[in-house]
Amino acid sequence: MPIPFRFLPPIVWLVRLLVGAYPRWIGCAPSAVQRIYFANHTSHMDTVVLWAALPGELRANTRPVAAKDYWDRGGIRGQIARDELNVVMIDRARDDPNADPLEPLREALENGFSLIIFPEGTRTPQQLPGPFKSGLYHLATAFPTVELIPVYIENLHRSMPKGALLPVPTVCTVRFGAPLARIEGEAKESFLERARDAVAALAG
Amino acid sequence: MTLSTHQTFFAVLGGMVLLTAGASGLVHWLTMRTTDAAKLNWIRRLNSRVHATWLIVLLFAVGFALGEVALAVIFALASFFALREFIALTPAKPADHGALVLAFYVVIPVQYVLVASGWYGLYAVFIPVYLFLVLPVVMAWKNDTELYLQRVAKVQWGLMLSVYCVSHAPAIATQEPPGYEGRGALLLLYFLLLTQAADGFAVMASASLGRTPLRSNPNKSREGVLIGGAAATLLGTLLWWMTPFAWWHALLMSAATVFAAFMGGLVLASVKRSLGERPWDQGVALSRGVLERLETITFAAPVFFHLTVYFFVP
Repeated sequence: MPIPFRFLPPIVWLVRLLVGAYPRWIGCAPSAVQRIYFANHTSHMDTVVLWAALPGELRANTRPVAAKDYWDRGGIRGQIARDELNVVMIDRARDDPNADPLEPLREALENGFSLIIFPEGTRTPQQLPGPFKSGLYHLATAFPTVELIPVYIENLHRSMPKGALLPVPTVCTVRFGAPLARIEGEAKESFLERARDAVAALAG
Repeated sequence: MTLSTHQTFFAVLGGMVLLTAGASGLVHWLTMRTTDAAKLNWIRRLNSRVHATWLIVLLFAVGFALGEVALAVIFALASFFALREFIALTPAKPADHGALVLAFYVVIPVQYVLVASGWYGLYAVFIPVYLFLVLPVVMAWKNDTELYLQRVAKVQWGLMLSVYCVSHAPAIATQEPPGYEGRGALLLLYFLLLTQAADGFAVMASASLGRTPLRSNPNKSREGVLIGGAAATLLGTLLWWMTPFAWWHALLMSAATVFAAFMGGLVLASVKRSLGERPWDQGVALSRGVLERLETITFAAPVFFHLTVYFFVP
């Protein structure tokens, strides 16, 4: 269901004021086509920053995937996650070992949402992303028509190093690369390697 | 006949609106006429200055209507964006976090509150003396001494350029020589017109008759800077009636300010190069170019401010 027009949410204002979050559409143009944006993960702010870098009309239809243990809380953080970002919570702790942690993601994709995911699974506070986890591969094979867009978020780990309470303002750019091609019958490892390289290539 | 403050202000603002509108029209006309890439590039540079002038016009209408506090807030935001840009260019380590939090969230507000309240004795020394003492302590606390001196120096420089120097622009509005009460904002407007003209005239003169490009900035030439500077000084002299100065005071003040503006440009170009400025891609407002737009006032503001205070405020 399209969300009716409303003013730029305060969270987007705040993000732009603090870190800029300037989008650079290098390999693709903003589009309402269903997409999975996958990005490097250096800071807690990544989720909000990538989301804020998207044009308003795409934001409404794009849901960040984020760790339940960090975002699903009371207070302002939980409120932002639910009301503004419309976060898809992923259960890193796996309370129920038989549950498929990707299930909420599949559901969101089936409902037509685009997703923002961080395939490293945890923050790597350095320039280049670490190895990717396999979730991206499973989603890519299960939803062959969804475009896979590599995204590189620059400069953000400096704004908020691990353990810091306040972000330091900086100028951060969010680079969107060309859709990752799918290769018939490609092995999981080489797909993930290729996806990671696509993000790293944007670090330039 | 002497004009009242409001009359002077509206005369100046009206003149600026007309001139800027004329410049915008000219830029538009030039853009329609040419397809030559080099020319278009020059037009684009000129246009960014015209836009900056529109911003000044707007800022002034607002600032004059709302008073000195509004001016302080506007310049505080400019400092914020400039410092943000400066810090983004400087490699920072996680251990710098505390110092940067202090710089952004404490130093900027305090400096501008001091300026707005006219506490000259404190805002003149707050960053160069007190922060100079406090910042290295905050950084030393983390016990990370790798490149310690460079890191401290860069934060201190960033604060001096983008906060201390810039804050002297709204400070101009708080210093009112006798017989000029209530017109401080007009003097600030005069100052901004002067620095804007110095930069704009230099770019225009360089493009039309420049020969030897400056090493620090290939968009300007030596001849262009000399002629543009002279033209800006002339403009400053002709506008003496909006200042507390006699015409020959205005001539000397303009010459000093224009000179300082060019020196500020020279220094900032060097700073940005030594930081290895990245071409932050193009065309996004506020992401790049805040420092560049402020470079002419960083050095000129303290110079103009202190000359005014020394010679005209008893």
